Amino acid sequence: MTFDIFVIPFFGGLLFLLAVLFIRFTAWLATLDKSGRKKLGHGLLNGQIFPATWEVFMESLLHRRMFKQNKLLGFMHMSFAFGWFLLIVLGNLESRIYSGGHVNPPYYPIFLKFFVHDKRTLPFELYTLPGFFRFIMDFVLLFILSGLVLALIKRVRSKWFGMKRTTQHSRFDKWAITSLWLIFPLRLLAESFTAGAYQGGGFLTNTLGTFFAAFLPVEYLYYPAWWAYSTALGVFFVTLPWSRYMHIPTEVLLIYLRHFGIKTGKKPDSFSEIEIYSCPRCGVCIDVCQMNSAGRTSSTPAYFLRSLRYGNPDDEQNANCMLCGRCHEVCPVQIDTLAIRIAARYEDNKLLVPSFKYLDQFDPSDTTADILYFAGCMGHLTPAVKKAMLKILTASGERFSFMDEDGSVCCGRPLLLAGLHEAAAELIRKNTDLITRSGAKTFVTSCPICYKVFNEEYKLPGVEILHHSQYLLRLVESGKIKVNNTGITAVYHDPCELGRGSKIYNEPRWLLDRMVTINKTEQERENSLCCGGSVGDLSMNHTERNVIRDEALKVLLASEPDILVTACPLCKKTFDNGTETVVMDIAEVVSERLQPASKTELSAAVEIAG
Amino acid sequence: MNRKIAVIGGGAAGLEASSALTSLGFRVVLVEKEDETGGHIKNWHALFPNRRPGVEVLDALRSKLGSDVELFSGKTVTEIKPVNDRFELSSADGWKTEADAVLLTTGFSLFNARKKEEYGYGIYDNVITSAELESAFSTGKIAMKSGEQPKRIGFVHCVGSRDEKVGNIYCSKVCCVTAVKQAIEIKQYLPDCEVFCFYMDMRMFGRHYEELYKEAQEKYYIQFIRGRLSESTEDHTGKIILKVEDTLLGKPLKIGVDMLVLMVGMEPAEITKNLGTQLGLVSDSDRFLVSTDQHISANISEIPGLFFAGTCTGPKNIADTLADARSAALAIAGYFDNNHNKS
Repeated sequence: MTFDIFVIPFFGGLLFLLAVLFIRFTAWLATLDKSGRKKLGHGLLNGQIFPATWEVFMESLLHRRMFKQNKLLGFMHMSFAFGWFLLIVLGNLESRIYSGGHVNPPYYPIFLKFFVHDKRTLPFELYTLPGFFRFIMDFVLLFILSGLVLALIKRVRSKWFGMKRTTQHSRFDKWAITSLWLIFPLRLLAESFTAGAYQGGGFLTNTLGTFFAAFLPVEYLYYPAWWAYSTALGVFFVTLPWSRYMHIPTEVLLIYLRHFGIKTGKKPDSFSEIEIYSCPRCGVCIDVCQMNSAGRTSSTPAYFLRSLRYGNPDDEQNANCMLCGRCHEVCPVQIDTLAIRIAARYEDNKLLVPSFKYLDQFDPSDTTADILYFAGCMGHLTPAVKKAMLKILTASGERFSFMDEDGSVCCGRPLLLAGLHEAAAELIRKNTDLITRSGAKTFVTSCPICYKVFNEEYKLPGVEILHHSQYLLRLVESGKIKVNNTGITAVYHDPCELGRGSKIYNEPRWLLDRMVTINKTEQERENSLCCGGSVGDLSMNHTERNVIRDEALKVLLASEPDILVTACPLCKKTFDNGTETVVMDIAEVVSERLQPASKTELSAAVEIAG
Repeated sequence: MNRKIAVIGGGAAGLEASSALTSLGFRVVLVEKEDETGGHIKNWHALFPNRRPGVEVLDALRSKLGSDVELFSGKTVTEIKPVNDRFELSSADGWKTEADAVLLTTGFSLFNARKKEEYGYGIYDNVITSAELESAFSTGKIAMKSGEQPKRIGFVHCVGSRDEKVGNIYCSKVCCVTAVKQAIEIKQYLPDCEVFCFYMDMRMFGRHYEELYKEAQEKYYIQFIRGRLSESTEDHTGKIILKVEDTLLGKPLKIGVDMLVLMVGMEPAEITKNLGTQLGLVSDSDRFLVSTDQHISANISEIPGLFFAGTCTGPKNIADTLADARSAALAIAGYFDNNHNKS
C-alpha cells in the first residue's frame, strides 16, 4: 500500500508551497537590477556556491549565530531546523529499505510508519538496518520535541533564553506557529498509536504505543492521528509564505545571493525584499535596540521589517532609528537593517529637493600640504576638538592645510542617512573635486560620520582617508609627537559610525593607552551603546534622546572614571549635556598631554617623513 | 515664645522674606552658604532697567534685617527633616538648628556656558559670560585678553535658555533686558564700539523694558539681529568669527567680533536640587521646584510647614523675587493662623 487519502492535506499543501516559492523566487531573481543579475551569473560560476552552501548548513540548519547569542536559544532553533532536516533525509533513506531503493512519492517517507508495519525485527535491535533506522528516527523526533518543549518554556521564561522581550506575532504567524507546534507531537501520537496497534516502532514510539494500548483503543485512534498529522503539515505549508516562517526558504536564497556580492541598494529593490522576507522575527534585535528605552518599540528592526513586508510602515517607523547598527551586529540572519531603513527613507523623502547654489562659493585652493585636515560640521560645533587638532598638527611639523577652516561643503552623510542619495552625490562630487585638486595625499577628519562616507562613498585614488584617532596614533608611533601618561582613569566610548560603522576599535584604545588608564565597560566595542545624538534619526525628540543618552552614560560611568573619552564630536556634545564628568575627545586628551619634542627628535622625524 | 522660621538662602528672596517675617512677629534663622548675604546681586554692578547700582538694593535689603534675624553664614544646609510639626536642619559641617517652618530661598545658578561648546567659552580668549561682563563693569575696565579695547562686541541671547539641546526648554526671563542694559553700558564706556545683539525674540516683559530697548536702538545704535548663533571660531588674529542667520533678511551672516558676551540663563541652584531630592519634593521637567498651585499658592510646598520663595521655583527678576518673598511670609503667617492655633 503506497497511498491513502489522508496524505492529501500534506501533499496538496506541499505542492501549493512549492508553487508559491517558485513564483516568488523567480520574481525576485528576475527583478534583480543589472549589476545584481551580473553578480548572480558570476557567482554561480566562480565557486562561491561552496562557501555559501557551507553557510546555509551552519546557519539555516545548525544556527551557529543563535548559539553565540544564547546556547538554549541556539539549541531550540537547531533542534527544529536540523532535526526536521534529518527527519526528512533519514526518513527518505529508511523508506528505500521498503521500496526497493527507487524514489518514492514525497508523502511516502513522511508517513512511512502508516504504510509499513515492519515486524521482522524487535524494537531494540539496533544492529539491523531497519532496527537502526527505527532507533535513529525516534531519536531525531525526540530531539525535535525537546526543542518544542524549550519553545513552550520560552513563551513564559524568555529570560532563560537571553531575551527580555519576544516578538508579538501577527495572525498568520499564529496559525503557522500553532500548526508547526502540532506537527511533531501529532507525528509522535500517530506513530505511537500505530506502533501500539501493530507492535512496531522504535524505543520511543514502541514504548509509548504499548503504554497507550493498555488503556486506549489505539487500533481506532491511529488513523485519525495520521489525518491530524497530515493536516497540521498541510496548514503549516499553506500559511508559511505569509508568515514569518517564509524566512526558512528565503534565508537560503539570501545566503547564496549575499555570497555572490549582492547588497541592498539605495532604493528598495528585490534584494532588500529578500532580506525583509528572511527576517524570522526571532526578536534578538529588540532587546539591543535602544528605541525600547525611549518607548518606541514599534520602530525596532523586527517590527519595522514586518511592517515593510506587509507594506505599511508608517513614517515614524521609517524615520525613527539612530542607525547605530547594534541590531545588525546581533542579527542571526545578518540582515542589513541599516541599508533597508535608509532605502525605505528614499521613498519618504524623495520629494525634497535641496538647493546647491552655495557650492559655487568654494574653490579648490592649491596647497603644498601633505595633510588635509577636515573638521566637518560637527567638528566646528566642538571648537575644543578643532583647536586641539590644530595644536597637534602644528607641533608635529607636518605640512597641513585646514580644508574647512572657513566653512565647508557637507560630507553628504546626513543626506545619505535620510535616503537622499542623489542630493548627497552633488556634495560628494564637489568635495571630491576640492580634495583631488588640493594635491594632499592624506585626508584626516575629526568626525566619524564624515570618515565613514569619505571612506566608503568617495573615490579618491591616491588619497588616504583617516580618522584623527588613527592619524594621531601614527604621529605618536612615528615619534612626530610625544605624549605623557598622567595616570588618570578614563573610559572610551566607541562612536557608532567609527566602531560598528567603520570597524575602528583598536586605534583609539592603543592611543589612549599611552596617556591614561583605560577602564573597561560592560558594553563596548561591537556592543557599545548609542549616545542618543545620532543624525540618523529623523523623528526623536530631545526628551527621548536624553533617555538613550542617560542609559549609555550609566554604563560608561559605572567605574567612576576621571574622564569620559570619545572620538566623535557629536557623541562628545551629547554626553557633555548629561553628566558632570569631564567629557573629552581623544584629540583633546592628546593635546593636553603633548610634550615638547626636542629639536633633534623633531628633525629626525621630519627626515623619516621626508 | 515666638515661632521660629528657618530661611535657607540669603539672596534677594531670603533677605526680604526674613525682614517681612520679623515684622509679622516671627523669629528668623537665616542660613547663607556663602560668607556674605546678597546672592547674585552682590556680583551685579547695575540693575535693569534704570542701571542703578546693585549695591543700593542690597544695602536696603540688609538694613531691614532686625535683631530678630539670627544670621548664620558659611553654612550649607544639607538636610531638612520634618519631625512632629517641626523641622530639624543640619549643615555639611555639623551645625544644627530647629524651626517651626522652613522657607527655601535657595535660588538659581547661572548656566555653565561651556556646555554650549560651539560658542567657544573656555576655548577662545575673548568669549565671556554676562556675569563676567558685569564684574568688568564693576572694575570699570572693559578689555580683551590682550588688554586692548574691543571695537566690536556681540551679545548672544538665550545661552542655556530655550534650548532643548542643553535640556533647558524654558525662558530665563531676565537675559533679554540684561543684554540691552549691558549693551547700552558698553556704549557708555566705549562710545566707538559697535554692538550687536543676536536674539530669538525680544522678551521685554517688564515696565520700562521696552523703552530701554528703544533707547538702545535710537540713542546708542545697537544693532539687533534676529537669529541664533550657530557657531563661533577664532581666526589667527584672535577675532571671533560668528556664523549666524539673519532670519529677518533670510540670509546667513558671517561677522567678526573682538569680544563675545554669552547671556547665560538660570538653572536651579545645586542646593535647590539637592534639598528637593532629599525632601522628596516635586520638581518639573525644568528641574525647578513645584508649588501646590502656581497661581493660588505659589509659595506652598507639598510638605506642611515648608515654603518656597524666589527663583527656586523658576526664573524671576528682582522685583518679582521680592514680591514673592513677602508673599511667602504671609503664606507662613497664614499657615500658623489656620493650622496651629492650639499652641
